[in-house]
Amino acid sequence: MPDRTIDLRIWRSIGRPGLRPHFDRFTMPVDPERDTLLDLIERTWAALDRTLVFRHACHHASCGTCAIRVDGRERLPCVTTVADVWNGRSPLTLEPLRNFPVVADLAVDPSGLLARMSALHMPYVRTVEPAVRASSGVTRDGDVGAAERFEDCIECGACVSACPVAGGDPDYLGPAVLAAAERLIEAGDINRAARALDMADTDHGVWECRSIWACSAVCPSGVDPAARIMALRRAVLTQSTQTASTERSSEDAPAGATP
Amino acid sequence: MTAPRPSVLVIGAGSTGAATAHDLALRGCAVVVVERGEIASGTTGRNHGLLHSGARYAVKDAESAVECVVERDILARIAPDLLELNGGLFVALNEDDLAYRERFLDACARCGIPTRELTLAQVRDLEPALSSSCLAAVEVPDGVFDSLHLCLAFLATAESNDATVLPYREVEALVIRASSVEGAIVRDRRTGERVTLEADIVVNATGPWADRIAALAGVDVPVAPTAGVMVAVNGRYVDRVINRMAPPADGDIVLPQRRTVVIGTSSWSVADPDAIAIPAEHVALMLERGRALVPRLQEGQTRAVFAAARPLVGRVGGAEAGRELSRTFQCFDHAADGVDGFVTIIGGKTTTARAMAEKVSDVVCAKLGVTAACTTRMVPLRSYRTAYDA
Repeated sequence: MPDRTIDLRIWRSIGRPGLRPHFDRFTMPVDPERDTLLDLIERTWAALDRTLVFRHACHHASCGTCAIRVDGRERLPCVTTVADVWNGRSPLTLEPLRNFPVVADLAVDPSGLLARMSALHMPYVRTVEPAVRASSGVTRDGDVGAAERFEDCIECGACVSACPVAGGDPDYLGPAVLAAAERLIEAGDINRAARALDMADTDHGVWECRSIWACSAVCPSGVDPAARIMALRRAVLTQSTQTASTERSSEDAPAGATP
Repeated sequence: MTAPRPSVLVIGAGSTGAATAHDLALRGCAVVVVERGEIASGTTGRNHGLLHSGARYAVKDAESAVECVVERDILARIAPDLLELNGGLFVALNEDDLAYRERFLDACARCGIPTRELTLAQVRDLEPALSSSCLAAVEVPDGVFDSLHLCLAFLATAESNDATVLPYREVEALVIRASSVEGAIVRDRRTGERVTLEADIVVNATGPWADRIAALAGVDVPVAPTAGVMVAVNGRYVDRVINRMAPPADGDIVLPQRRTVVIGTSSWSVADPDAIAIPAEHVALMLERGRALVPRLQEGQTRAVFAAARPLVGRVGGAEAGRELSRTFQCFDHAADGVDGFVTIIGGKTTTARAMAEKVSDVVCAKLGVTAACTTRMVPLRSYRTAYDA
């Protein structure tokens, strides 16, 4: 049995009439190496306060629903052990993601992000690429046919929360959506890629990014949105250069040459 | 003037409740779903994510196996964008496993589960990280999914058919008049407010908590919460579901989820599904057994350890327990217990949630006089991305 205890400061907010946003403090036993933050949050609800609202489902970083801020940094509490983030003394501060409407306490409403992913027609599954297998140190010979796998982005919203630009402009498409746009171009689906370029090349799109890279720092799933946004800029510029040169060559065409 | 639509209150938004809401909404019922927590925050969310071909159960539990293979094909039709349909391998690592092969192939054939025997060269080609001790492998149509997203798709579709989904509402009491359940008193976790939700029928789809809800109506349901541990390891070492070619046992499945693999699972009875203490030795066993199938797992860091309680049909402490209990499901019309307007569904698995929903919806509709037939085999599910829309 663990003989250590930890204090959690948990953000409590709207939902209860007359309740001002504040922090509640909970003290509980902890085994820092084994307990995840989600274990502690669930235990807080089960044993200490049945009114605590938080999202969770898969408990292994596959569903993306539990993302919160821990001492100001975006984390998936399901795969963050206490030892990963705790100095052994100070309380840990748990807050909901920024830049989303708060449902209550630690739960936010992801529907805006999901609607933008829908508008992009971002698929949920993709074809396995040999590069990903190689990163696991697994190589194979020959063509074995395409396997499918889920996209890396779990739509958890951590990058949107960490992005200062998203904080200043609610219409900014944000890192997850721009990264998805670049994924579609990389995947080579011509129709989806064309739509992605159109969505990205707008006032609230790829040019609004200020290259802060906070999104990539907090992504729990290895998507690296910032690098993808830079690649997306290149793709947009390449396309507009091609469009411009096509227009120019038609302007340059001699009069009467049009069939 | 048209008669009001018959109303159904579904308790629980795991896979069973979500699929039931979808089925009843399609049949024209006015459906409300209440969930004490978040969608799929109980057993459903924490499952392995294995879309069962049924092969795992073919030898010992043919009924479950047939349910799985039928439902696997239906999900592939109605929710293809939510599934990794890469198939699975049953792998023999020793002589005992090899001796099991004939029984396994025969049983799959009897259950209508397609199988294909692979050469060892083919196996190496498909899954290079698999153990070099592999003596034989059979391919089956297993797959992988994420439970939350499947639930969200069922609920999004139900909502498009006028169902209402109310998370963070915990049922405190059932409204019972003259031996008939006519609704529930639910407490909003966010506001503390209590609301009475009236309904013609209440469906108890609360999985391993089903006995607690049933007790509110003074009836008993035989649910045996049976926990299992899963371990997620960093690195996508396989694309297919890797099963041991042997009777179901602990740690005999390794499957991919995004850039990780998940090893599962174990099986033990728990009294309280809200307080599952994960035994350290189960975690060690998962890693040991998983590495027997895929030795390279030892290179990967453990990313998560989690457990959930299966709502198996049976009794806690009964003569049969754990793996001896069937994975099929059972529906209880509590009119047989003297309480009308109240139906419980337990057992099953997320792969068969649609079939469970069909069965309980048939019972509900018969009680309500609703004649519309089940159409969930054919109706495509809406995108999970619309599930949170107001």
